[in-house]
Amino acid sequence: MNESIRFTFNVDGSNFTTAGQASVQVKKNLRELGIPPEAIRRVSIAMYEGEINMVIHAHGGTAEVIVYEDKIVIVLSDRGPGIPNVELAMKEGYSTAPDNIRSLGFGAGMGLPNMKRYTDDMKIDTEIGVGTTITMTVNF
Amino acid sequence: MTVKELSETPGFKAICLPDPERRIEGGYCGDLLSWVMGRAKASQAWVTIMSNMNIAAVATLCDTAVIVLSEGVQPDSGVAETADSRGINLISTDMPTFEAAAAISKLI
Repeated sequence: MNESIRFTFNVDGSNFTTAGQASVQVKKNLRELGIPPEAIRRVSIAMYEGEINMVIHAHGGTAEVIVYEDKIVIVLSDRGPGIPNVELAMKEGYSTAPDNIRSLGFGAGMGLPNMKRYTDDMKIDTEIGVGTTITMTVNF
Repeated sequence: MTVKELSETPGFKAICLPDPERRIEGGYCGDLLSWVMGRAKASQAWVTIMSNMNIAAVATLCDTAVIVLSEGVQPDSGVAETADSRGINLISTDMPTFEAAAAISKLI
């Protein structure tokens, strides 16, 4: 595999119950490509957290997964409100999710920390009122 | 033990078993989905009271062997059908989470 393979998804921001479809599809695609299972697990969990964040906070967005010979890059982009304080948002347990989201089992303030934990590199570009782009890399 | 064997154990009841011969290797209890996703391992029985559609995605991504809905919780509308179509085993029990986990621990 010398050239990169790219998957692109629209993340529907209107339906919380179907959130995660892109991650589930990516998991399937990566399995078919023969990517090591642990790398697939890390990519799909990090991406799912990102998808959930986009649905909760940003009315959806786009997810792009690029598969290289030895790494997978995930780019999540939204046109949401932006993250006012990235350092605070990265703290485990800090959350601005509303109560109805918490009642579904999310909003525990684990999303961004999990994304960082499960990837080898994570970069957050965010601008208030413009949106957020998160780029994550998983090496294998 | 297999998921089918667990479903046939008194106190447990199958809701859908699309992959009945899947082996259970350990377990995890938790209701905060992000927490579960960060910690549950493949082939574990996941015991939870969360019954919404997102449990299907979490189980798929974690590759758990079975979701065990404890405390008499029933899945929300459409969850069983989605789980079945995605190959996710779903079992219910009236036992509290602690007792369900202890029972599974003895069985595996």
